[in-house]
Amino acid sequence: MTRTVVVTGIGLLSSLGEGADAHVAAIRAGTAPRVDSTSFAPYPVHPLGPVELDRQIPKKSDQRQMEPWQRIGVYAAGLALDSAGLKDDAEAKSRLQVIVAAGGGERDHAVDGQILTGLRGANDPGSFLNERLVNDLRPTLFLAQLSNLLAGNISIVHGITGASRTFMGEEQAGVDAIRIAQARIASGQADTILVGGSYNAERRDMLLLFELGGYCQKGDFVPVFERGPGGGIIPGSFGAFLVLEAAETAAARGTRAIARIGAVAAGRSHRAAGQLTVDLVNLAGKAGLDGREAIVVSAATGIGELTHAEAEALARTVPKARRIAAGDFIGHGVEAAFPASVALAAALIGAGETDATVATGVAHWRGEGIVRLGKA
Amino acid sequence: MADHRDSKGRPLVAVTGMGLVTSLGQGKAENWARLTAGESGIHTITRFPTHGLRTTIAGTVDFLFDGGFSAPELSEKLAMLAADEAVGQSGLGPEGQFPGGLFMAVPPVELEWPQKQELAAGAPDGDITYDTLLKKAADGTARPMHGLFVFAGVANRVADRFGTEGSPISLSTACSSGATAIQMGVEAIRRGEMQAALCIGTDGSVHAEALIRFSLLSALSTQNGVPEAAAKPFSKNRDGFIMGEGSGALVLEDYDHALARGATILGIVAGCGERGDGFHRTRSSPDGKPAILAMQDAIDDAGLTPDDIDYVNAHGTSTPENDKMEAMSCSAVFGARMASLPISSNKSMVGHTLTAAGAVEAVFSLLTIAEGRIPPTINYQQPDPAIALDVVPNVARDAKVRHVISNSFGFGGQNTCLVFSARPVQ
Repeated sequence: MTRTVVVTGIGLLSSLGEGADAHVAAIRAGTAPRVDSTSFAPYPVHPLGPVELDRQIPKKSDQRQMEPWQRIGVYAAGLALDSAGLKDDAEAKSRLQVIVAAGGGERDHAVDGQILTGLRGANDPGSFLNERLVNDLRPTLFLAQLSNLLAGNISIVHGITGASRTFMGEEQAGVDAIRIAQARIASGQADTILVGGSYNAERRDMLLLFELGGYCQKGDFVPVFERGPGGGIIPGSFGAFLVLEAAETAAARGTRAIARIGAVAAGRSHRAAGQLTVDLVNLAGKAGLDGREAIVVSAATGIGELTHAEAEALARTVPKARRIAAGDFIGHGVEAAFPASVALAAALIGAGETDATVATGVAHWRGEGIVRLGKA
Repeated sequence: MADHRDSKGRPLVAVTGMGLVTSLGQGKAENWARLTAGESGIHTITRFPTHGLRTTIAGTVDFLFDGGFSAPELSEKLAMLAADEAVGQSGLGPEGQFPGGLFMAVPPVELEWPQKQELAAGAPDGDITYDTLLKKAADGTARPMHGLFVFAGVANRVADRFGTEGSPISLSTACSSGATAIQMGVEAIRRGEMQAALCIGTDGSVHAEALIRFSLLSALSTQNGVPEAAAKPFSKNRDGFIMGEGSGALVLEDYDHALARGATILGIVAGCGERGDGFHRTRSSPDGKPAILAMQDAIDDAGLTPDDIDYVNAHGTSTPENDKMEAMSCSAVFGARMASLPISSNKSMVGHTLTAAGAVEAVFSLLTIAEGRIPPTINYQQPDPAIALDVVPNVARDAKVRHVISNSFGFGGQNTCLVFSARPVQ
């Protein structure tokens, strides 16, 4: 069985605001990104825009038990459910499946710093560490850190009792989340899936992980495809969720399909010299690109050689398409990056901008994905 | 080629290879011998200082490294060993060219204290902050830490080693992760996307901070005195789980594909069930509804009825709440039969292997079928009168077992149940 899969809900929350319409408007207008170059200098970030959390997370007690990455994700998931008309449908939510691409939670930076400072002079470092951790770690922090607790919070806050799965693995988790969701629906293993991810860019522990590998952009904002050799990631805080649904299920409940989504082609290039471009061209073939797609929404990181290889591959496969770097508007959101590009690619079709789009993702370390979207 | 289908018209999913490492030892043979002898792998922690900790015992795997190591390094090593055994047994594909996808349950990892201390070393006197660490990171000398601590790292190295196809999936559904990895492999084969899948659950993440985090949630047993007696699922005096380490690996294969190449079929993954629970972040719904539905879904997915199940491989963590909820849920699913339906917890001996548990216990479940012997629940000295179960107390039992249900329940409302069956009579 192969069923048509459509996007019936989009939830986006970023530095540019919330909702698919706001983001389509920003792309149409070529709005300049919001960049904070001072708070984490020398690392620029795209900070989350103002948001009234109560609108999607009504209980303060729920808000308190989450960290920013979870609040962003739960909020964006709520927007997607609203957009799909599922928020108040308890019966549908009992069958709704959830796939989340998640990282881990934020460290308590102050506590870590104090412990590291203390460890330097400690006579018995092991006992010192135990004592400080026992006394200084907040019990609830653990729950805000567990990767699968974004999905857990989405279930609790939005009343979803269908099952959830959490994928980890940086950008490729987002690619695989969309890939598996689409495949399960197309094959009849599921009818409706809420899928996406979220990222909080305003944290030094994640900057540290990327900087260890030499992947961070420093200084001022430069557009993604212009960062050149030595270019890196400018992280952005955002959440991106989609409701994917079998076309027949969407039609049966009288819901508007925003766009049709094909099978996601995903791979793991070894990225030896020149290989990434070749592998991406092959993936484009597997994703069914025919060269007539008018817009590509790329989740490119901005890392020089990778972004260059992707540009080459796009020039070969969709030479006439307009190339939009999602990072030029909202930054790079790691696990959420590919879902956000898919959401934008779907929203542009839904807004009547064009009939066929492509979303691409090339992870900062391992993994690539390409998907074609069309008019529903 | 014969075209075998399950009761729902889908490809049958066979198990053609299995591998195992736990605190009881390396490999299926040693693990099974010790498990069915009722031996415990739980011991006093020596890996790190435990001064000042309420819990000082765990089922750590201590026989793989001589020097120090991080959680991703041990998790990777455990996974490699289990996968080696599983892929070797399956005889599938040339060395390093596994003809199928990789689905891996891996623990969330992050920079640990030794790495942070390494980055802080050499900093000028004064307070250390993340900016201190960032400054050191920017000089590029600690680059390998990135590859070690990205979430995709372990699965990518396993994919490199075994040459699995496509994009490897790293996943977490908390304590049901191992079961979810198997479920995803089953689904991919049923979709016809692949004819084989390597499904692994691994967890080597017992370090001081991990232990303290669970301890702060009051989830762990503090009965440190006799470590091997601390995990006592379904007993009246149970007081929490014991962290464990290990890995379980399964080679899943389209049944007809396995038959055609003359592979030995070790069993069938007959059914999967999963349900979410929007009740609470750490607690299960007190009415057990999601667990009940997950079990019913798994049995139905297998085309069976509750009466067909011969044995329940329990989640059985030894926490007061889980065991009570699980017993009640089983009674709801199996009715009066529950009084005599054997249910036992492997965790009484290997502890709670967390991310790996669903996969480790899947291998034990399939061995139970193959060997016709049910492993016991050890440390069962004080039955809980509120839980009337046949927990196969203390001593393994010979029995003809054709269908097993294995339960996994986790934080965040994760409930995943798998049904394993003996291979069809050919």
